[in-house]
Amino acid sequence: MTDLAIRALDGVPTTTGPMVDQIAFPERTAYKALVESLKGSGFEMCSDLCGIDYLDHMTRSLPDGVTPERFEVVVNLLSLSAKRRVRIRVQVPETAPVVDSLFEVYPGTEAMEREAFDLFGIQFTGHPDLSRILMPEEWEGHPLRKDYGSGRIPVQFKEAPGPR
Amino acid sequence: MSAYENEDEVRSVERPAWSTKETSEGSQELRRRTDTPSDELGRESGAVLQMPDGRVLDPSQIDVDRPDDETMIINMGPQHPSTHGVLRLMLELDGEVVLRTKPVIGYLHTGMEKTAEELTYVQGSTNVTRMDYLSQMHNEAVFSLATEALLGVDIPDRATWIRTLMLELNRMGSHLMWMATNGMDLGSTSMMIYGFREREMVMSFFEKTTGLRFNNNYIRPGGVAADLPDGWEDDVLVICDTVLERSYEYDDLLTGQPIFRERTEAVGGLTAEEALALSVTGPLLRSTGVPWDLRRTMPYLAYDKLDFDVIVGTYGDNFDRYSIRLNEIRESAKMLRQLVEGMPSGDYRVQDAKVTPPPRARIDSSMEALIHHFKIFTEGFKVPEGEVYCAIESPRGELGCYLASDGGAKPYRMHIRGPSFVNLQVLPLLLRGGLLSDAVAVISSVDPVMGEVDR
Repeated sequence: MTDLAIRALDGVPTTTGPMVDQIAFPERTAYKALVESLKGSGFEMCSDLCGIDYLDHMTRSLPDGVTPERFEVVVNLLSLSAKRRVRIRVQVPETAPVVDSLFEVYPGTEAMEREAFDLFGIQFTGHPDLSRILMPEEWEGHPLRKDYGSGRIPVQFKEAPGPR
Repeated sequence: MSAYENEDEVRSVERPAWSTKETSEGSQELRRRTDTPSDELGRESGAVLQMPDGRVLDPSQIDVDRPDDETMIINMGPQHPSTHGVLRLMLELDGEVVLRTKPVIGYLHTGMEKTAEELTYVQGSTNVTRMDYLSQMHNEAVFSLATEALLGVDIPDRATWIRTLMLELNRMGSHLMWMATNGMDLGSTSMMIYGFREREMVMSFFEKTTGLRFNNNYIRPGGVAADLPDGWEDDVLVICDTVLERSYEYDDLLTGQPIFRERTEAVGGLTAEEALALSVTGPLLRSTGVPWDLRRTMPYLAYDKLDFDVIVGTYGDNFDRYSIRLNEIRESAKMLRQLVEGMPSGDYRVQDAKVTPPPRARIDSSMEALIHHFKIFTEGFKVPEGEVYCAIESPRGELGCYLASDGGAKPYRMHIRGPSFVNLQVLPLLLRGGLLSDAVAVISSVDPVMGEVDR
């Protein structure tokens, strides 16, 4: 199992972190193929998928050879047989926020990808029903983006609102 | 003689616009077959397993060509007593048989992940505790564990054991609540009363220990908020004894009851392959026979020092899920006894002035203590740059917290992987081919908490 997992991650920049075996940073084009080969090496379940907007933190530490982009899609895979976790962070540029959908590999990512689309505006090609899931249908904008203000309700006797 | 003088006029009064306005979620709703792409149609019909060449496992299951006028699309919820909150289901029915299902969610969305980015780590646990309001301690624990993993602090033994104790009490309370609502959904009102009665003991203990029944904010980064109250051993043992004894009364009331058996056995069947493909965790996954429980398989806190059994089912139906939850209540009671016996002495939070506030007594005499106290509650503490995904077993399944820090005092991004949110995807599969009246029982057996689904 260990060998197989390492073989699937060959040629992909990786790091390690707390509570995870490996963190891989594949190219956007190789992302789906990597997930498929990891599924073949025993990662039976995709436990989590979420988006993240690094607009205010572009200087984050990444392994050599990985160009930081504004968005990332973070996928946490779980192997029940080997009791291991592996994390995949794929860089998604602001100009074309499009990645392949994992729906065909793990049907359980359907709702998670819809959530990432809804809250970050990341498009997943191949997703069967990419519509908003948490926000109302006619909502404008993607609330979890860093340039989306959080709004506030005016409160009596409160000092002037801050710069938001 | 009519009660109205001018009857015609009264009848012709139009209803005001606000009362006739339809709510529409547009493409989030279940559409007619002719307007739905085939892969989406397959998903709504519950065909989830994909063949390597992209085909759905059993194409004969999906009758794409069925004309629209033979079926009916009905709306159930969001304000429906059996949907456990504000879950809205759109169902396509042929007579009384469910063909397609689409859950429409988001009615309770309050942007808690956005809120988390504006609260410090100290304040963060007050936010996450409001997500899954039936297992609030688990939310606090997963957030605290993720923060501590980024901070790299070690938690004293006693804090770890107190956390484990509270988590197991919370699991017991959550499952008792589920027994109550599940009984009510299946027509057993007495079970509803009994479940709430037993859960009240857990709630009272929480109130005694933390000051609150819900939204405790008791487990915080660095430890727990306060030590256990005097006499807590007796309280916990009384809860164990009473709940264990009464759990056998539930056997008399429900487990052996023929009507209950007929309404749960072989209803809402799930296989292990389907559960894994749909990322289903918790009692749903264990009901299919997969012995996956993070407390055992990837131990956290003090679970590797406790002796307990992982309960698994065989058929993956409603009855298996009922039995698993009932027996997990008993396993929790077993664990609570061990926790009472083995509770170590020591600090209930880490003595690191940068993470936890100093004891109240020292603030009067020490200038540094006062400064630390002030700093922690105004600015919070800084967490080193990094990201972590931490997962624990909540009563509903794998509860994950993905935390990214940019080195500041507030999380750069906090994402909660809610087990209810993911488990809801299994509904089209479980409901397909069943009766509408069983839909209520199936929704109940999935045990969704909408606060966590919508976050």
